Amino acid sequence: MALENTLIQEKLTQKFGNSVTNFATMRDIFTLEVNKDKVHEVIQFLKDDEELNFHFLTDLAGIHYPDNNVDEQFAVTYQLHNWIENTRIRIKTFLNGENPEVQTITDLFLCSNWMEREAWDFYGIKFTGHPQLKRILNMDEMVSHPMRKEFPMEDGGRTDKDDRFFGRTPVNC
Amino acid sequence: MSETKTNMVAPPEGVSGEGFFATKLSDVVGLARANSLWPLPFATSCCGIEFMATMASHYDLARFGSERVSFSPRQADMLMVMGTISKKMAPILRQVYEQMSEPRWVISVGACACSGGVFDTYSVLQGIDKVIPVDVYVPGCPPRPEQIVQGVMQLQELVKNESVRRRNSPEYKELLASYNL
Amino acid sequence: MSDLLLSPEQRYAKIIEEKRNEDGSELNVLNLGPTHPATHGIFQNILLMDGERILEAEPTVGYIHRAFEKIAENRPFYQINVLTDRMNYCSSPINNMAWWMTVEKLLNIEVPKRAQYLRVIVMELARIADHLICNSILGVDTGAYTGFLYVFQFREKIYEIYEEICGARLTTNMGRIGGFEREWSDEAFKKLNTFLEEFPIAWKEFENLFERNRIFIDRTVNVGPISAEKAMQYGFTGPNLRAAGIDYDVRKAAPYSSYEDFEFDVPVGKSGDTYDRFCVRNAEVWESISIIKQALAKLPDGPYHADVPDYYLPPKEDVYHNMESLIYHFKIVMGEVPVPVEEIYHAVEGGNGELGFYLISDGSRTPYRLKMRRPCYIYYQAYPEMIKGSMLSDAIVILSSLNVIAGELDA
Repeated sequence: MALENTLIQEKLTQKFGNSVTNFATMRDIFTLEVNKDKVHEVIQFLKDDEELNFHFLTDLAGIHYPDNNVDEQFAVTYQLHNWIENTRIRIKTFLNGENPEVQTITDLFLCSNWMEREAWDFYGIKFTGHPQLKRILNMDEMVSHPMRKEFPMEDGGRTDKDDRFFGRTPVNC
Repeated sequence: MSETKTNMVAPPEGVSGEGFFATKLSDVVGLARANSLWPLPFATSCCGIEFMATMASHYDLARFGSERVSFSPRQADMLMVMGTISKKMAPILRQVYEQMSEPRWVISVGACACSGGVFDTYSVLQGIDKVIPVDVYVPGCPPRPEQIVQGVMQLQELVKNESVRRRNSPEYKELLASYNL
Repeated sequence: MSDLLLSPEQRYAKIIEEKRNEDGSELNVLNLGPTHPATHGIFQNILLMDGERILEAEPTVGYIHRAFEKIAENRPFYQINVLTDRMNYCSSPINNMAWWMTVEKLLNIEVPKRAQYLRVIVMELARIADHLICNSILGVDTGAYTGFLYVFQFREKIYEIYEEICGARLTTNMGRIGGFEREWSDEAFKKLNTFLEEFPIAWKEFENLFERNRIFIDRTVNVGPISAEKAMQYGFTGPNLRAAGIDYDVRKAAPYSSYEDFEFDVPVGKSGDTYDRFCVRNAEVWESISIIKQALAKLPDGPYHADVPDYYLPPKEDVYHNMESLIYHFKIVMGEVPVPVEEIYHAVEGGNGELGFYLISDGSRTPYRLKMRRPCYIYYQAYPEMIKGSMLSDAIVILSSLNVIAGELDA
C-alpha cells in the first residue's frame, strides 16, 4: 500500500480534530468513526485531496444497533476506494435512534443515490438533501422499515406452520 | 426414413371408416388444445433460466406444440409462472391472468411460485395460488427441464380430458369467484 | 416537496401539459412494464417519449425483492450459501465462492492450494456461462436468434460439469468453509477437457457471426455510450466499466484464491458503447478459457479442503464411529463454533463487476449484518441517463448489454 494509514490519519485529524475518532485497521481496511454532522465534509475531503484521492464509493450500508444508547442506535457505513493506490477506507457514523438523519453525499458520488434510498427503505435513515428519497425495493405503500431488528422476517399470513417445529412454543416437545 | 420411431399422439376413441372418423367433440377439441398450448413465460428469476434451457435445442419444448411463445396474454393459452413472485409483483401477475382469454391454464414452476420456496419473508408471496388458480405445480429449485416438460405433459393430460362445457360449469365459476376474478 | 418524489406519471403529466401549451406537440408516456419480452428480468421503466425518442425514464425496481439481507441475519453461515446462489443466478458458483472466501477471511482459515485452483476453475467456468448468456441474448434482441441456440448448447455442457462437481445445474450451492465438499471426480475432469476442446471452436463461430456483421454494428456502435468519468461516478465495475476504458479488475487489484499465479489480460474498450461491452465480454471469455487451461495444467495435488474440524463437517462414516467427529458434527450443526467479533469486507470479480460482502459478526452463528454489494444494483442507476435521447429499440439493446440480472438487482 503506497498510501499509508498513518498519513490518512494525520491528515484527517489535522483537518477535523475531534470529529474523527476511533481509528483502527480491521483486517486490512482502515476504519474510522466520524461525527454525523461532519460526514459530508470528511468524505469530500477524502475525495478531493490529491494525495488521498478516494474517488470511488464502493458501498453504503445502514446498520441497526437497538442495544446501544439512544444516540447511537443507527449507523451508516461508507466504503471508499482509491484505485490508483489500491487502498480502501471505511467510515462509520452513528445516528440517533429516534430521528436518524445525516447529510446526503449524492452531490459527491452519483452512485450513492440508490444506496441511500435503500438505507431509507430498510432502516428509515433520512438523508437530508437527497433528491428522491422514496422507497425503492419494498412496496410503496409499506409503512414500516423492515430491516430494523424488531421487524419480523417471516410472512405473517401463513397458516400451515406448526410453531412446535420452529421452537416457538413455551414448552417445546 | 421409414424406420423413424416418432411417438405420434394416439387418436381418440371413435368410429372410423372410409374417409371419416366419428368421435366425441370434446375429445377432438381436447386433442387440438393439448397439442398446441402456447405458453406465456412469466419468468422472474432463476427458474426463468431453466425455462430458457427448456426452450433451447437440447430439451426443446417446441415439440410439444409450444413453438410460439406468446408474450401477449390475449394470445396465450398457458401461463407459466417461473420464479419468485413478490408482493409487489402480485397485482401485475393478477392483471396478466385476468387479461388472458378462456381457455387458460396456469403452471406454477419452481418452489417459489408454488409456495414461496426458500423465501419465507415479508416481501415474498407465499405461493401464487393465493392470487390466481393454478392447474399444475412443478416443484424444484430450479426444476430440471425434464420436470418442466413433465409439468407441461401433465397439463396436456388435463386439457385432453376436459369437458367442453367446463368453463361454464358452476364449480369453475365458484373457483374464480373465490379468487375474486 | 421535490418533483421527483411524485410518481412518474404525475411528473410526466405536468411536462406533457407544458409542452402541449408551448408548441402543441404531444408527448406520451410508455410503460416498459415489468413483464416485457425483451427485458430480461422484471424491472419497469416508465418512459416519457416524443414519438420514438425517449426524453426521460424512471426505473422502478424491487419486483423481486426477496429480502436476502434480512434472511441472512437469521441463518448460520453455511445456510447463507443457498441465498448467494440466487443472486446472480447465471453464474452462481462465483457468488458461492465469494461468500465462502468472506467467511474464511472472518475465521482466518487458509485454504489449500488445490482447493484454490479448483475454485478458480469453477469461477472462470461460471464467468464464461454468464457472458454466454449476456452476449447471446444481446444477439437475440438485435434479431439474431441463431447464436443463442448454438451457444446455449455449451451452457448445457457447463451444467453437466457443475452436476459432476456438486449435483445441481443452476443454483449450485457449491463449496464449503475451507474448500469443497467432495473431490472432483474423474468424470468431471474428462467433461472439462472435452469442453475446453469443443467450446473455443463454437465461440469463434459465434464471434464471427456478430463482430463484423453490418447489421449488428449498426445496431450497437454508439448506442448507449458512457464516458469513463461518468462510469466511475456511477459506481460501474466489471465489463461495463472496462468497456468505458478503465481497467479495474478485482482479480488483478486484490488477487484472491491464487489468481496471482495465472497470467491473463484484462480487455479494455474505448467508448463504453454497446459494441464495446459486447467485445469486452467476448474477449473475457477467451481469457477465462486460458485461465482454466493454465489452472488445469498446474493443478497441485493435495487436500481439497482445509483442515478445520471446527467448521467443516466430518465425513458421515466417521460421525457414526468416532466420538470426536460426533462432537464436532454436533457443534457445527448446533452452532457452538468459535466466531470472532469483527467486520469484514471481501470483494471478488463477479460476472458483472465487484461483488462484495460486508459482514458484521457478533460472535454468534448468524451474522449481525450482511450487506451484499451487488454490482447490478449500483450501475443500473445510470440506465435512465444512458437512454436519454435514444430510440426505444436502442433502449432495449442497452439494457441487454448492461447484463442486468434481476436477482442481483433486488436481492
